[in-house]
Amino acid sequence: MTVDLKRPIGQSRRIMADTTQTPPTTPLCLQDMILRLHAYWSEQGCLILQPLDMRVGAGTFHPATTLRSLGPEPWNAAYVQPSRRPTDGRYGENPNRLQHYYQYQVIMKPSPANLQDLYLQSLAAIGIDPLLHDVRFVEDDWESPTLGAWGLGWEVWCDGMEVTQFTYFQQMGGFDCKPVAGELTYGLERLAMYIQGVDNVYDLAFNNHGVTYGDVFLDNERQMSKWNFEVADTDSLFEGFRRAEAECLRSLEAGVPIAAYEQAIEASHLFNLLQARGVISVQERASYMGRVRDLARGSCEAHMAKNADQWAAKYPEWSK
Amino acid sequence: MSDFLLELRSEEIPARMQAGARADLEKLFRKQLDSAGLQAGEITVWSTPRRLALIARDLPLATQAVSEESKGPKTSAPEQALEGFLRKTGLSKDQLTERDGVWFAITEKPGRATKDVLAEAIPAIIRAFPWPKSQRWGADSLSTESLRWVRPLSGIVAILGEELVECEIGGVKSGYATRGHRFHHEGEITIGGASDYAEKLRACHVIVDHVEREAMVREKAKAAADAAGLVLVEDEGLVIENAGLTEWPVPLLGRFDEAFLDVPPEVIQLTARVNQKYFVCTKPSPLQGRGRSGAAAEGVGAASAADSAVNGGSHHPQTPSSEEEGAYSLANAFICTANIEASDGGTAIVDGNRKVLAARLSDARFFWEQDKKKPLAEQAQKLSRITFHEKLGTVADKVERVAKLARWLVEEGIVKNSPRNGEGDHAQHGGGDSPPSAVPTDSPLHHPAGEDLSLADQAELAARLCKADLVTEMVGEFPELQGLMGGYYARAEGLPDAVADAIRDHYKPVGQGDDVPTAPVTVAVALADKLDTLGLFFGAGKKPTGSKDPFALRRAALAIIELVNRNALRLSIVDALMEVRRIWLESLSEFSPFEFCGFDEDGAAVFAQVENRKIYRITRITYFFTDFTASPGAGHWWNKRALEEELNVRAIVVPPFEFVSGLRDFFADRLKVQQREAGVRHDLIDAVFALGGEDDLVRLLARVNALQAFVGTDDGTNLLAGYKRAANILKKEAYTANPNAGSEGEGVVPPTGEEDPLVLVDDPAFADIAAQFARPEGNYDREPAEQVLVDALGAAEPQADRAIAAEDFTGAMAALASLRGPIDAFFDGVTVNDPDPTKRASRLALLDRFRAAVHKVADFSRIEG
Repeated sequence: MTVDLKRPIGQSRRIMADTTQTPPTTPLCLQDMILRLHAYWSEQGCLILQPLDMRVGAGTFHPATTLRSLGPEPWNAAYVQPSRRPTDGRYGENPNRLQHYYQYQVIMKPSPANLQDLYLQSLAAIGIDPLLHDVRFVEDDWESPTLGAWGLGWEVWCDGMEVTQFTYFQQMGGFDCKPVAGELTYGLERLAMYIQGVDNVYDLAFNNHGVTYGDVFLDNERQMSKWNFEVADTDSLFEGFRRAEAECLRSLEAGVPIAAYEQAIEASHLFNLLQARGVISVQERASYMGRVRDLARGSCEAHMAKNADQWAAKYPEWSK
Repeated sequence: MSDFLLELRSEEIPARMQAGARADLEKLFRKQLDSAGLQAGEITVWSTPRRLALIARDLPLATQAVSEESKGPKTSAPEQALEGFLRKTGLSKDQLTERDGVWFAITEKPGRATKDVLAEAIPAIIRAFPWPKSQRWGADSLSTESLRWVRPLSGIVAILGEELVECEIGGVKSGYATRGHRFHHEGEITIGGASDYAEKLRACHVIVDHVEREAMVREKAKAAADAAGLVLVEDEGLVIENAGLTEWPVPLLGRFDEAFLDVPPEVIQLTARVNQKYFVCTKPSPLQGRGRSGAAAEGVGAASAADSAVNGGSHHPQTPSSEEEGAYSLANAFICTANIEASDGGTAIVDGNRKVLAARLSDARFFWEQDKKKPLAEQAQKLSRITFHEKLGTVADKVERVAKLARWLVEEGIVKNSPRNGEGDHAQHGGGDSPPSAVPTDSPLHHPAGEDLSLADQAELAARLCKADLVTEMVGEFPELQGLMGGYYARAEGLPDAVADAIRDHYKPVGQGDDVPTAPVTVAVALADKLDTLGLFFGAGKKPTGSKDPFALRRAALAIIELVNRNALRLSIVDALMEVRRIWLESLSEFSPFEFCGFDEDGAAVFAQVENRKIYRITRITYFFTDFTASPGAGHWWNKRALEEELNVRAIVVPPFEFVSGLRDFFADRLKVQQREAGVRHDLIDAVFALGGEDDLVRLLARVNALQAFVGTDDGTNLLAGYKRAANILKKEAYTANPNAGSEGEGVVPPTGEEDPLVLVDDPAFADIAAQFARPEGNYDREPAEQVLVDALGAAEPQADRAIAAEDFTGAMAALASLRGPIDAFFDGVTVNDPDPTKRASRLALLDRFRAAVHKVADFSRIEG
């Protein structure tokens, strides 16, 4: 399958003419919201990818964002990423906090000139009327020491609620982003709660046939919170961390940086679990984070090195 | 003359950067005008989240033509010189002008069209713009050389008069078109020029003048509160921030569940402010107060209403937080500032914001409830997990030391219960520690056990608990609530009010202008905490250098000075800091197999290893890690590593002499800085410090103040003149009272670090003996004026001594003032440099005695003028 990644994005397109863009008349259920976003971003020329099949803390970790934001080649993609934050678990008892939730991730490289407008139209597509609701771009710069990455941008507020993180990547893996990618990360549950007017995440309508978010995930939250905080075997977590670290380094040596990067992600999540188990002291914390960072950066570096020549040949501007 | 309009449009500029950006835009623009020789009339700069705008009035349409003249060689100079000059100027010989036998090159620079100047200036301004953080974007960012701006730059409007100033940068071309409000106006707006810019934008829902938007936020927020029968808690920082987040600000009032008012008001306010940028409101008066125990409100709501009316335009008013805890009664209302005129009047916006705030407040309430379940003493155990400083142990270690020091401060009588300040804080703070009548008598929490604890016990208890809130959930979430939450939790578990107040206020004073505690328990803990910090960092050789003061030691010293002055505490700072050092070293030894035995006469810490009740090894440590000696009896010498490993000594300890002198200088500097603000002359502080040995700040300042008053008088001025004359003669004659001492420079032994810290301190008790010793027998007939001076000294010296002993420095100055006439007469009538060596020696000795007498109050040689 070939995808023309260089097709111009959005600019010349009459978005409202598309049927998928007609604002919904009744509040969307969670899955329809996702479908709408998929349809919308597909129209904008994004690849609709599937989630990374690994445990990660955020959609940014997906190689479709991390590795693809490196290098000169255009890249436009959107996907849902289940995200795990073990320390945010509340045993299903907090109406807002979850240890497992969904992010909707859009990455567009280079960042289109009308990315803000594209984003606002995506909100309209899922039923947020900007003359009824107060949508604002509030300064919030993003930095991930683990990924050696940072960018400038905003958290987007809808009536005071942060619904999206909007970032112009400036560096990834310690490398300047050339060109800069624009990243949008929607908090799907929050948006859905907002759209449906629901105060408790477990009351969200997952579909239009009576299945709630709680039906799908409440038990999962209870059990996984318990596992994260109480059950997970710390010895095997430590062992897993060491193994992932070793495997990452081996893969780097073997010249397969994508595989190395997967091990870096693995190590990162195991570290998060160890944190949740409370077995990493403050002093050790910095050292573990440094180790994860080295793995992630090493993978990015190797990925760059592996591709630099072909990129430079295709984009002479880039190598400067 | 024409007006010029520049608009730089971009994606949302962070609110906090807008004020700086306006100033930078004006500065850069003026710089460009200056270098082109252009002068503008009034320059106005505006900002919104999406644009920076500048209007310059009355620009000339062209720059002035300039004639530049450069001087060349003389006409008589060799041909080569002329050739060189022609090469340099690019002219031919017939284009030169000759004047007085010298060649001149005159170049006419014609005026340039202002439009052209601006067309070059705009890209230059954009490129040079000093954003605190800037970014690249879009396809151009394939190169790292691409344009940087705070967020992507999207448009430029540049119009001089009615003419477009054409320029282009980063793919953005200037034009007449701009955009209105993001949601209220679709498409482009065509701007005619500076004159219609603001009004055209206003028609498209953009108030471009930030000052006007700020006024809108301020006034409409107040109006919204008024309409709800409430009083807005003014917050100028929030006004500016909200104006920086909106182009069309619409403050809207919403309500939150009254049940949340159980959470301390500071928490609610902080949650609303920091996370959501909302204003909060108070209830107007206790009579109309609803909800929480009405008794807690003391009518301060009404007072703050009056303040609001008066202070409408004040700069950064402090929110009524810790100062007036509980003294104002928060209403269950918030005011958010929307950026749109919503189609439903704002109902949906308010509802959405209410939910967000409710979620945040439930988190806060959860923390509050969770934290209260554990007594502070239990929380405090977790402090051993928090590092105070990597070399200086944990916060738990610190708390232990502060507790000991706080007790010591009370037991030494430095901090005591005094009727003057006993009830002081109660009156000041109201609320939580308001008079018993205002406290619900049925509260089970309000009959705390231990009201009868002694002051020392209370100080120690408060010190042990003062950092415990650092490990609570609430302070984890809102670090700025440290102290305050500790106070709440202490009260909630029924600790005495004095202890709760001390926990709450022990960080004070934070910076100048902050309240200085006066309640004895608070003073003891606040002082101990700061002395400990200062003593430890200095003790470990980590004093501030230059502008670097990462541990805020200057602020700590200043706070100590303010605590001491405000409460007239009588203490020797050196003694107190030596106590800090003693407590610290003692605690260090707890971690080693050696037991701390005490200090020997050199100030070295002595440790002994005890096994089976027998001392079998003794170690004297003069300063850890930098040097040490082991007693030869121990059988072998230790090296640094052995010390580290075997003693597990965890820090470098500066030797006592260096410790004391470093801290004394540091305090002297801080005192000068602090007193300068109070209008005290720094040379007078120097003059008193130069006497040495004085580290009682209260006495020291009394002396300085008396001195300042004295040198302002006639007597003072003349005595100073007489003193300087005497000192000059003594200096000229290289007079020294002690014949045994060598000439200056010799015999100065560099400090080894093992000296008695007090050895260099001038002991006033020896001054007289020294003077007596130095006074040769005057075996001749004194001149009358000489005799008068001797007699005057004889009378003044004991008088001054008595006054000084009684700390009556004004009296001591008066005694010295009596010497003014005799010393003037002495200089008029007596020749010091008499041919008779006996007379000469005797008169020099007399002058020296006079100098010594003056030095009883201050070293006058340090006084300027």
